[in-house]
Amino acid sequence: MFDFSILFASVLNGLTSGAVYALVALGLTLIYGVLHIINFAHGAALMVAMYGVYELYSKLGIDPYVALPFLVLGMFLLGYALQRVIINHASHGKDENILLVTLGLAIVLENLALLFFKSDTRTIDTAYSLTTIAIGPAFIALPKLIAFAGALVVSAILMLLVSGTDLGRAIRAISKEKQGAKLMGIHVEHIYAMSFGIGLACLGAAACFLLPTYYVNPQVGSGFVLIAFTIVVLGGMGSFSGALIGGLLIGVVESLGGLYLGESLGQIGIFIIFIVVLLFRPQGLFGARA
Amino acid sequence: MTSRRQFVTQTAAAATLLAFPMVGRSQPAPVKVGVIHPVTGALAYSGQQCRAGALLAIEEINKAGGIKSLGGALIEPILADAQSQPAVGAAEIEKLNEAGVCSVVGAFASAICLATTQAAAKYNLPHVVDVGVADLIVQRGLTNTFRFGPGYTSVAELAVTNLAELNKSAGNPAKTVMIIHEESLFGSGTANLLQKSLPQVGFEVVDVIKHANPTRDFNNIVLRMKSLNPDIVIPANYYNEYALLVRTMQQQKVKPKAIYSVLGGAASSYKFIKEFPDASSGIIDCNHWYNPKNPRSQDLKKRAQAMGLFFSYELFMTYTAMTLLADSIDRAKSVDREAILQALMSSTFSSHIMPYGPTQFINGQNIGGRPLMTQVLNNDIKVILPIEYREAQPLFPLKS
Amino acid sequence: MKSLLGIAALAIGVGLLPLFVESGVWINFVMMTLYAALLAQAWNILGGFGGQFSFGHALFFGFGAYTQAIAQLQWGFNPWVALTMAGFVSGAVGLGVGALTFRYGLKGSYFALVTLAFAEVFRILAVSVPFTGAGVGMMIPLKESVSNLQFESRVGFMYVILGLLVAAMLVTWWLQNSKFGAYLQAVRDNEYAAQAIGVNPFRVKLGAIALSGAFMGWAGAFYLQVFQYIDPSIAFGPHTSVEALVAAIVGGLGTLWGPLLGALALHLLSDLTRNLFGSLPGINMVIYGSMLIVIVMFLPRGIAGIGLSVTRLWRGKRG
Repeated sequence: MFDFSILFASVLNGLTSGAVYALVALGLTLIYGVLHIINFAHGAALMVAMYGVYELYSKLGIDPYVALPFLVLGMFLLGYALQRVIINHASHGKDENILLVTLGLAIVLENLALLFFKSDTRTIDTAYSLTTIAIGPAFIALPKLIAFAGALVVSAILMLLVSGTDLGRAIRAISKEKQGAKLMGIHVEHIYAMSFGIGLACLGAAACFLLPTYYVNPQVGSGFVLIAFTIVVLGGMGSFSGALIGGLLIGVVESLGGLYLGESLGQIGIFIIFIVVLLFRPQGLFGARA
Repeated sequence: MTSRRQFVTQTAAAATLLAFPMVGRSQPAPVKVGVIHPVTGALAYSGQQCRAGALLAIEEINKAGGIKSLGGALIEPILADAQSQPAVGAAEIEKLNEAGVCSVVGAFASAICLATTQAAAKYNLPHVVDVGVADLIVQRGLTNTFRFGPGYTSVAELAVTNLAELNKSAGNPAKTVMIIHEESLFGSGTANLLQKSLPQVGFEVVDVIKHANPTRDFNNIVLRMKSLNPDIVIPANYYNEYALLVRTMQQQKVKPKAIYSVLGGAASSYKFIKEFPDASSGIIDCNHWYNPKNPRSQDLKKRAQAMGLFFSYELFMTYTAMTLLADSIDRAKSVDREAILQALMSSTFSSHIMPYGPTQFINGQNIGGRPLMTQVLNNDIKVILPIEYREAQPLFPLKS
Repeated sequence: MKSLLGIAALAIGVGLLPLFVESGVWINFVMMTLYAALLAQAWNILGGFGGQFSFGHALFFGFGAYTQAIAQLQWGFNPWVALTMAGFVSGAVGLGVGALTFRYGLKGSYFALVTLAFAEVFRILAVSVPFTGAGVGMMIPLKESVSNLQFESRVGFMYVILGLLVAAMLVTWWLQNSKFGAYLQAVRDNEYAAQAIGVNPFRVKLGAIALSGAFMGWAGAFYLQVFQYIDPSIAFGPHTSVEALVAAIVGGLGTLWGPLLGALALHLLSDLTRNLFGSLPGINMVIYGSMLIVIVMFLPRGIAGIGLSVTRLWRGKRG
């Protein structure tokens, strides 16, 4: 039905979108893998990060890519504080309460944004926002290519962090065996907060890659939550390589689904995959069997 | 419930911010009017624009001496938030009713309007619908519901007629059409109508693409556009998606003979042309628009812009709805709901800023209501059709 | 026994309310609170008693609402008949989803997420097929009469929802006092141990999800009758799913009165905050969200949990 150039462009496009989804999912999978909480506030946190990028650009003229280290650090601190101060205390360790707390946080963040930034959609127009690079028969927007490369780099850094550093070892220890880790002298509260912080830091990076071609308003985060959950499940909860590959895969599925079934019905492909994976291979592509 | 008293006092406080300062003499009791919009939640931007329009109208009316036939009584807005949900809208109508409003203006979104008008009908509370384009709203036989502006059926019909006219006067360069619409009530309804009527005036609809709200990426849709190469692209969606679509088309270098939107979210939006001057150039829209020849509309535009607001359709539609209501209250010479209903039903309101035919309400719909066709030319929005309101020559097709 | 008296008291109390209260605001408030309580009570059957948290309960809600609409509009059924059908259809959907997910042993977060996915799949389908009106949604025509399940004043609707809620509460009471309920809670607390003593977890969970789905479906049908319009995002969207689970958890999981208490508390909170600072929209929701966190922080077992702690304290002192 579609000739090769269209298919090729669609797949490439899916890969670049998927890379950004993967970044969002990376944070979610870390948070789930370590803290075993489903972070309902993930979308709202992404929105906060995107406003951060927007403000730095519009008020101080800082390019989103230049702002990346600041956003990553800022979101890390926010995440650390949220986990240590609010989520940890409010939930008394019960799963259902953590759910409510993250939900409450999501509502608070969304409406604080509404208060401070009003409800209108904001966009930034950088010099390269509309630049496209020709790859074969396809035109891919430059910011999306940068996002693709960026997501790979960030995932690599994350994986190195978790496998190579003391912090990473502590994180892995806690996610496998909390009591044992405590007995070994690992400060669980601190590591939990560090993990949540790193999870949100990924969103800081994702925001920098998104804003040149997307937009921000108080509700923008909610559009990414479901798809991020799908990727986490597909890749395997707690697996970074899973989140990355899952993200790319879902991006391509979404793109091809949209091409063949229409942009509305095409979304169904994502959730069918979600259900099928959950039923037949709940550990996902790379996750460990529970 | 104390919340009612609190909410009345809060909004009364808001009202006094706008009320013209009284000068010693005894003032007749203010006329309470409910203003209900989704000012929080997914529709917050539009809801807030609508509310601003209502308040601008009230400020103007009060400054000019209030409701003359009631001894100069000032209008007091009682604000309500529908929180972007129909059920909340209905609950707020109950509160407005008990707060003693004589009538209501609202609630922007069709789904919310369906709930609010129905709740208001129980108390015979007159409800002027400001935007809500779904035809369903005025097809339920509710005698309290009045819509001054056109519904999407009449907008779509006129859009098709005007497109045929534009095409004919340019020598019929365009044959094929692709419709891109958002998936809910407004988009689907409009697309259905267009799909049926376009072939009747000689166009071939090569594809109808539905997309979700929100849609994160339009590359696939634009790729399809590239492969089908329609002469005209017709979007019917909300601001965010519209803007993304047009930007993506620009990125992928897809240039149809015309981008012709029907009730387009960003097509005739000052905000959009300010932020994307290149992508927006040449876009045609068949949408709610003010009468460009009426100096009062320019005046209102300036006042809105002075407040840092974009002069969007939400603002001037609700402004107009409020002026219609004020006129009816004046003619009713009372705040009795039945009297106001009768006044609305028999209204021939003409001192408004919209380019409508003579006002006449049939089953709650003003049959004089109609859209205008605009085009973005030289970084400004100019009316191109109908001829009597034309401000500039249409540029059609965009490329030969 | 005490609980049954309590339920009867609720029924009589609310039933007599219109004699003393004429305010539309109050009747509407009571009606919407009872409606939210039904959502929470339905969710509680599976979530609180069954221990299976569903994030996509709107799936059943949507099926109930669309059944109500389609049965009336396209098949010409009387709304009361349609109402009955709605519950059975949603119950059947519950059985279907349960059969699939429990057979493959999904629990905990996996189960929660799969229900979310199901709701989303059907939302997308509802948007795409003309049978459900696609994106345009479905509207039932206005015709107020008791036989048409439409009432001129909210009082009539209040009685309908009261009836549905009382039914749900009686089922919940039955769960607290029956063998089936005991099996269900045993499975919730420790599935393997329950299996070891001869309980069939699959069948028990299936029963719970069917009941839970049925009541959720009735809530959906009720919604349609009151607001007369439904579209895919109202029917299957996350909003209703979240409303159900938040009220149930805040009220107290696995209790009889939790859902009602949670619904009441949240509605009061939302109502009180809604029109504060009318000129600065957003503050009200910030307060609402913060209160949610605060409630969880200080009442980890929900509002009904206060009652439990107090009785335990009391008994402890005497004992």
